[in-house]
Amino acid sequence: QRCLSLIKSTKFLNAYITVAEETALKQAEESEKRYKRGQPLGVLDGIPIAVKDNFNTAGIETTCASNMLKGYISPYNATVVQKLLDQGAVLLGKTNLDEFAMGSGSTDGVFGPVRNPWSYSRQYKEKSVPKSHSEDKDSNWVITGGSSGGSAAAVSSFTCFAALGSDTGGSTRNPAAHCGVVGLKPTYGLISRHGLIPLVNSMDVPGILTRCVDDAAVVLGSLAGHDPKDSTTIQDNFKPFELSDLTDVSKLSIGIPKEYHAPGLSSEILALWSKAADLFKNAGAKVIEVSLPHTRYSIVCYHVLCTAEVASNMARFDGLEYGHRSDMNKSTESMYAATRREGFNDVVRGRILSGNYFLLKQNYENYFIKAQKVRRLIANDFVKVFGSGVDILLTPTTLSDAIPYMEFIKEDNRTRSAQDDILTQAANMAGLPAINVPTALSERGLPVGLQFIGRSFQEKQLLTVAKWFEKQVKFPMIQLDEHNGNLKQISKP
Amino acid sequence: SKLFSGSQVQFAAPPNSLVSFFDASLPGTLPVLNRRCVEAAVMTGLALNCSINKKSLFDRKHYFYADLPAGYQITQQRVPIAVNGSLSYSLCIDNKMSQMVTKTVRIKQIQLEQDSGKSLHDDVRSQTLVDLNRAGVGLMEVVMEPDMCCGEEAAAAVRELQLILQTLGSSQAVMAEGQLRVDANVSVHHPGEPYGVRTEVKNINSIRFLAKAVDYEIERQIEELESGGTILNETRAFDSKLGCTVPMRDKEGKQDYRFMPEPNLPPLILYNARSLPANMNHQQVVNIDWIHERLPDLPSVKRAKLVEQYGILPEHSFTLLNEAGLTEFFEDVIKQTQMKPKKVIGWILNDLLSYLKQHSLTVKESPVSSFLLADLLNRLEKKEISSTAAKQVFAELWKGEGKTPLEIVKEKKLQLIQDQEDLERICQAVIDGQENEVMAIKSGNRKVLNKLIGLVQRETQGRSNPVLVKQLLEKKLSE
Repeated sequence: QRCLSLIKSTKFLNAYITVAEETALKQAEESEKRYKRGQPLGVLDGIPIAVKDNFNTAGIETTCASNMLKGYISPYNATVVQKLLDQGAVLLGKTNLDEFAMGSGSTDGVFGPVRNPWSYSRQYKEKSVPKSHSEDKDSNWVITGGSSGGSAAAVSSFTCFAALGSDTGGSTRNPAAHCGVVGLKPTYGLISRHGLIPLVNSMDVPGILTRCVDDAAVVLGSLAGHDPKDSTTIQDNFKPFELSDLTDVSKLSIGIPKEYHAPGLSSEILALWSKAADLFKNAGAKVIEVSLPHTRYSIVCYHVLCTAEVASNMARFDGLEYGHRSDMNKSTESMYAATRREGFNDVVRGRILSGNYFLLKQNYENYFIKAQKVRRLIANDFVKVFGSGVDILLTPTTLSDAIPYMEFIKEDNRTRSAQDDILTQAANMAGLPAINVPTALSERGLPVGLQFIGRSFQEKQLLTVAKWFEKQVKFPMIQLDEHNGNLKQISKP
Repeated sequence: SKLFSGSQVQFAAPPNSLVSFFDASLPGTLPVLNRRCVEAAVMTGLALNCSINKKSLFDRKHYFYADLPAGYQITQQRVPIAVNGSLSYSLCIDNKMSQMVTKTVRIKQIQLEQDSGKSLHDDVRSQTLVDLNRAGVGLMEVVMEPDMCCGEEAAAAVRELQLILQTLGSSQAVMAEGQLRVDANVSVHHPGEPYGVRTEVKNINSIRFLAKAVDYEIERQIEELESGGTILNETRAFDSKLGCTVPMRDKEGKQDYRFMPEPNLPPLILYNARSLPANMNHQQVVNIDWIHERLPDLPSVKRAKLVEQYGILPEHSFTLLNEAGLTEFFEDVIKQTQMKPKKVIGWILNDLLSYLKQHSLTVKESPVSSFLLADLLNRLEKKEISSTAAKQVFAELWKGEGKTPLEIVKEKKLQLIQDQEDLERICQAVIDGQENEVMAIKSGNRKVLNKLIGLVQRETQGRSNPVLVKQLLEKKLSE
């Protein structure tokens, strides 16, 4: 209930598209009954969670922040949603995102942009140059990053304890970094994608956003494992694990990929990255510089493969079986065209057009096949580095801290995505697990996170190291003025 | 069930009653490959002497159409499941069943793919109704090389393929129910020259129409070329009422299907005994060798066995296999009668089958059971009745009134006279009454004997065995 009222009072963040108040209260009630009987369904029983609005939730609207699916109520639950519900989790609502998860700001959905809760934190306000007029105070708010901005904001503002995002090019880690929360991208094939409305089938994974690494491990434990409904999940049995407290890092080998010193990386983050490396070194770990030489091709490669798959995945939205249908009914073709023009925003349509271009017979070899080959090279970079004894890679997650919305929208979605995805994208190409751990506040009082990338299916090792790091940096809690009373009660574990 | 989803497959079910979330292309649903479809494809590939690709891939073929909910079809464009096979079939030369020749058509490949739904165009209300029951049903596309030269060959090849599929159980292959669909690609060329431009003929709904459509198209193309025209690489529809092909409205123009690998399905890996990993049992994977060992006898093998076992002619074996249930019926009769198979086959093919055809019945629906027929044939063998009488009994049995052959014989007084003395007496009587004929016979005109036989038959109301009568008459006349 506290979460629900908090959601209401933080409505200006625009983190939620749909709040499932009735069902959530009912679920909470049932959960309480179970606890009274001493029979909780699982670790997550009673825990309020939020789910990004590109996951199917039976009976609750799923829109993908698009006109195409406004009002669409799915008849089934995504596997991950079902798993959470089976554990007794309380589903608070669906969070906001960039339309169809395309974007790095959570600004391009039909329900409007998501505001970073840190815009209203004492830490940010103290550091921001006060504008002369009071109305300008509001226009200074910063973005959450994307595309899972709603989920990140929801977790960050204490309206829920964990949230599901999705990660195709960094969509979970990026907003996690900007909102100061933990964002985990699991290995491709570990968690079922059944019910996650796809962006790029060969790169998408469900992402986990929580306030601390331990929580991420808990949620991962409930979600991972083979799903017969998703043929790309691995068959091996997955055993949920608890994170031990790492005391001795001397056996650890941390790799610092030099190519991640990308153009545009703020000096602040560069310094933080360096400091983190030193942290490990001083604790006895082996810290070495490594090279992932094909990193600079990953953005272009990603754009080809992503748009191609998008063009294919979006082909099903024709208004015939579900979703928006245009009134145009002169012919099937004209209905399709009008429906898709009305239903999709420019970003989506742009990607569809590009993707179709790359898939044309005359272009397929030069673009799609070539991109697949480059993808293989990028993945091999990682294989080589991990094969040479490196356990974990340490990189920045974003190029800078969150920028104000007014500044962000000066460039178009494509430009922004190309800039912002550079540090997170390669992990999706290679299918590797990666996690953002909030590290420190920037000079402007905004969160900055660092990223750890691990070996395939070695989430346990990845999270163990992340947890150790989290403990070392002691990232400060967000101080949201208006609701401090409420917050203190909720934020206690 | 369907190729990638758990929906049922059923002919003529109420519209949109067999559609799963995946078939309706609800966002977020994913394909899961149906093992039985894979096994059916492997069986078919093996029966057609194909190489089975141990690794095959799935692709998306994109085009927009109302009966294709996802906007793409999942198919196997790059690497299909089976390639490079052959199909042997037989043709009668000059319509004489006694002269059969064997031909072969090469099989290019077999691929697994999804079927689309059905659209019904309602021009009156300017609307199209879409039924997705069929969407997602598994299809095996068997692609043949252009090794056939006329409608008859095409029909024979497809008929044989149909029999093979039915024997394997990989498809019921009933064309009328859309379980087997045939598109014919036809081109003409002068001997020695390269193949001409081909047209694709669709909307062929039976094997008979296949032959007609192919022959018509060949004629049409020859006429077109001889009058100085050209053949367009187009799709034509066969109009069964008019017996001709007409161009289909080419709504798409040159279609670029933007093929892309299907990212949600890993490559399909099949194993054989050698490559099977030690810790996997055959329940978890598809083992080509395991399937191979369990293939049933193919039609050509069955036919050869029938010829060898029963001494019937090859063309008989074709007819037996061509009619559902006829072989079983034949073998059932054999089991229950002393009559030799070589004679039984005549009854099966000439009598039973022609009655069935006349009344458009299947073997299953035959009013005469194998038991009854065997009984009848036994009586014929024991010479209780003449063969003419037997045909009469058969006609009577056909009425399906539940009478046994014995009852019918008694009722119609068809029993052959068994008393030799009685018969001798009648023969003598006839001889005595036909002095002129007797003299003619004695002076060498043997043909007149038939008249005497005929008289005896009349006297006995057809109840005398003509062979025996002939013997008796000859004996008496030579005395």
